[in-house]
Amino acid sequence: MSLLEVRNLGVTFAGWRNAPPVHAVKRVSFNLEKGETLALVGESGSGKSVTALSVLQLLPYPSASHDPGSSIKFAGEELIGAPQSRLREVRGNHIGIIFQEPMTSLNPLHTLEKQITETLFIHRHMTQSAARRRTIELLHLVGLRDAENRLQSYPHQLSGGQRQRVMIAMAIANEPDVLIADEPTTALDVTIQAQILELMHDLRDRLGMALLLITHDLGIVRRLADRVCVMTQGEIVESGPGEEIFTHPHHAYTRHLLAAEPKGRAVPADPSAPALVEGDKLKVWFPIRGGFFRRVRSYVKAVDSVSLTVQRGQTLGIVGESGSGKTTLGLALLRLTASEGGIRFDGREIATTPQKQLRPLRREMQVVFQDPYASLSPRLSIEQIISEGLQVHRLAGDDKERRRMIDAALTEVGLDPGAAQRYPHEFSGGQRQRVAIARALVLKPRFLVLDEPTSALDMSVQAQIVDLLRELQTRHGLTYLFISHDLKVIRALAHQVLVMKDGEIVESGTTETVMTAPTHPYTKALMAAAFDLVAADASPA
Amino acid sequence: MSIQPAPDRVTPPSSVSPVGIIAPNALTPDTFLGREVTPLTRRRIENFRANRRAFWSLWIFLVLFVLSLFAEFIANNRPLLIRYDGSFYLPILHNYSERTFGGFLPSEADYSDPEVIKLIREKGWIVWPVIPYSYGTISSAPGPYPAPPSAADWLGTDDQGRDVLARLIYGFRISVLFGLALTIASSLIGGAAGAVQGFFGGYVDLGMQRFIEIWSGLPVLYLLIILATFVQPDFWWLLGLMLLFSWTSLVDVVRAEFLRARNLDFVRAARALGVGDGMIMVRHVLPNAMVATITFMPFLLNGSITTLTSLDFLGFGLPPGSPSLGELLAQGKDNLQAPWLGITAFITLSVMLSLLTFVGEGVRDAFDPRKVAR
Repeated sequence: MSLLEVRNLGVTFAGWRNAPPVHAVKRVSFNLEKGETLALVGESGSGKSVTALSVLQLLPYPSASHDPGSSIKFAGEELIGAPQSRLREVRGNHIGIIFQEPMTSLNPLHTLEKQITETLFIHRHMTQSAARRRTIELLHLVGLRDAENRLQSYPHQLSGGQRQRVMIAMAIANEPDVLIADEPTTALDVTIQAQILELMHDLRDRLGMALLLITHDLGIVRRLADRVCVMTQGEIVESGPGEEIFTHPHHAYTRHLLAAEPKGRAVPADPSAPALVEGDKLKVWFPIRGGFFRRVRSYVKAVDSVSLTVQRGQTLGIVGESGSGKTTLGLALLRLTASEGGIRFDGREIATTPQKQLRPLRREMQVVFQDPYASLSPRLSIEQIISEGLQVHRLAGDDKERRRMIDAALTEVGLDPGAAQRYPHEFSGGQRQRVAIARALVLKPRFLVLDEPTSALDMSVQAQIVDLLRELQTRHGLTYLFISHDLKVIRALAHQVLVMKDGEIVESGTTETVMTAPTHPYTKALMAAAFDLVAADASPA
Repeated sequence: MSIQPAPDRVTPPSSVSPVGIIAPNALTPDTFLGREVTPLTRRRIENFRANRRAFWSLWIFLVLFVLSLFAEFIANNRPLLIRYDGSFYLPILHNYSERTFGGFLPSEADYSDPEVIKLIREKGWIVWPVIPYSYGTISSAPGPYPAPPSAADWLGTDDQGRDVLARLIYGFRISVLFGLALTIASSLIGGAAGAVQGFFGGYVDLGMQRFIEIWSGLPVLYLLIILATFVQPDFWWLLGLMLLFSWTSLVDVVRAEFLRARNLDFVRAARALGVGDGMIMVRHVLPNAMVATITFMPFLLNGSITTLTSLDFLGFGLPPGSPSLGELLAQGKDNLQAPWLGITAFITLSVMLSLLTFVGEGVRDAFDPRKVAR
């Protein structure tokens, strides 16, 4: 008998009003043994999270229901239909869970001590002092430094990685037999991701837990999982030992998933091409005010004396973790945020040009933002979104010509021109990002700032967008400034790379040099974390 | 964490494939009241409809309001139609002198005069409205006034002998019209002020916020009472005076929405396209602020109606003789021996305000993205 046995699990969500019901999970079966790591892999919408929540019976019943014949047995005991009181004993005590978003999974009004001791009081009936001792022990276990002094901290005083450590401490407080980790590192930077993964692996061995890992990241699976189940559209299409799945994938979807990583290299470009965009000692400092008269006390140096050159027809990749100032740098180059220093576009100094006179230049430099769900106005149709720039710059003579230009732009990014009348919410993330690219392209710009255009997308969609961008670059001789934290994407697109940390450039050079022979210790740590998922030095987040 | 794919009646998510293949049937636009609507709007309409109480409240209110708009055809001391000597006359729309009907006076015909009626009846007939009194007409009911409900005066008369039902219909109309005018005007002014504050922020925001704080600290009622001693307020005067103080109510909501939206990615994208400030405000940010505004409106309307009623009740509102619910309430208070006055005003006001509150709740819930229809 396995520790956790899931048999023919089906989950159906009732449709909204007259809409047909949605079958989110269909006939899913798997076993989880003690001390084993099982990974559920799939893209967004494949039903992995719903499966995980079913195990704890945490779905929004009764709008969600389990199909007849579904069975979830924990240590031989049926959980579907078990009384609430029994489920409460199981949750947190025998099965712990870590959620994806460490920012919202902790109660912002409770101190760390209160968050962690709560479950100890409920399940272990500990005294105050015993619970406190146990909490400190747990925080040491998850590698939170200076745990004694942290007990009274609130979640907002911790970094993302520290919060995720606290979440793990909460989940393992009662030494559960099964730990469910739902995308535990997706919201974290790569170096911190590596540390958290190492911690979970280590804890599994030490406490003898079974780990159910839910992720879309094949790198994580390869490193941690003993067995893998590949899910798509609510079904498990392939399962087996990790090695085997990676070396001999049988199902077409698994092969598709494995092939989906952004591949290839940047298109060859002339290394002596003239500069199109230059930044000279760019500074973006945000003042911190304080005191009665709100005098400027100090500055947050988001970008500090950064000089860069983007050559015509080439891609400059900017790499860095969250908060390193890479997005701010991109916005400053486009004059979308106030900055100091020199900016030259095609030989023309634009750092101090008034916004009004800048407007004609806006046509030549465009931007694509990270989140395709936020960057398209939800109340305008695709046609209205794309035609806005045409109207501002009076590029189209009449309606017919405008229509034709919009159709051409949509076709170019691989969308059906018939989609122009529809609204953004009817499209998937990848399609929306294509619309955002079309909005920029329709103006025929020369310089395109791409601010993490792939990081909100599924892996296979990422690869498509990267291919599209590369193709557009060759066709139109576009110049890109490509901002990303994802080194795989950078490797596939960029000619030159800048590595940023705390607003400064720590390393720069051609992609090949930086990737294969990094010199700065930070770059080395970043490469190790990104490509091998290894925490380079042992300092916890 | 994806628990549930966003349920959408109009386009099931399954029709969206990873690369643009579009189901052809989705291309016919969805329309509501002859206007093209986005699926989002469609969902809100459906949500509102699903709320039975709000839906029926809206219909009842609309029927009452539209009926009251034609008050002249329902309650009037002039006949609807006169057939006299082979031709038709419309006394509601035109003035006719008594001579038209064979009388002696060159002045306008007084249709309550039995002599005039007799003259007309000799050579034709008269169609009267359901209630043969206007709001100022003295009822034919014998005194003393206020007279209790009778076959002639269904809800009795007030202390000057005027028919209560007729005054109620006109009073309802003026209340709602005043409320609507005040709500729309203060939404426009408040919305514009809030938009400017939120969008530009900084010192513009700071200065206007402080001004609004001082402005809304002024004692409105006292100011109105003082002003009422200088001018005889009529409908427009009152509207203007109230507007001076009521525009601030929407500013905070709109300002907050603009503050939030001005840093959203799609606003940045528009800026990167070179779109000007005004255009960004109207096209990109305003539609987002509309949700908060529309949600607020029924409650604003309620507040405006209550304000007018309370001013009338205190005697600082519409000029004497105007039909008004506040005045009816005041009469009810003064004539406790005639309960039909107070009860009528009370029931009318409570029904009207409740209906509007139910509608407001329905609108608010329909616009709430977190709320799923039951």
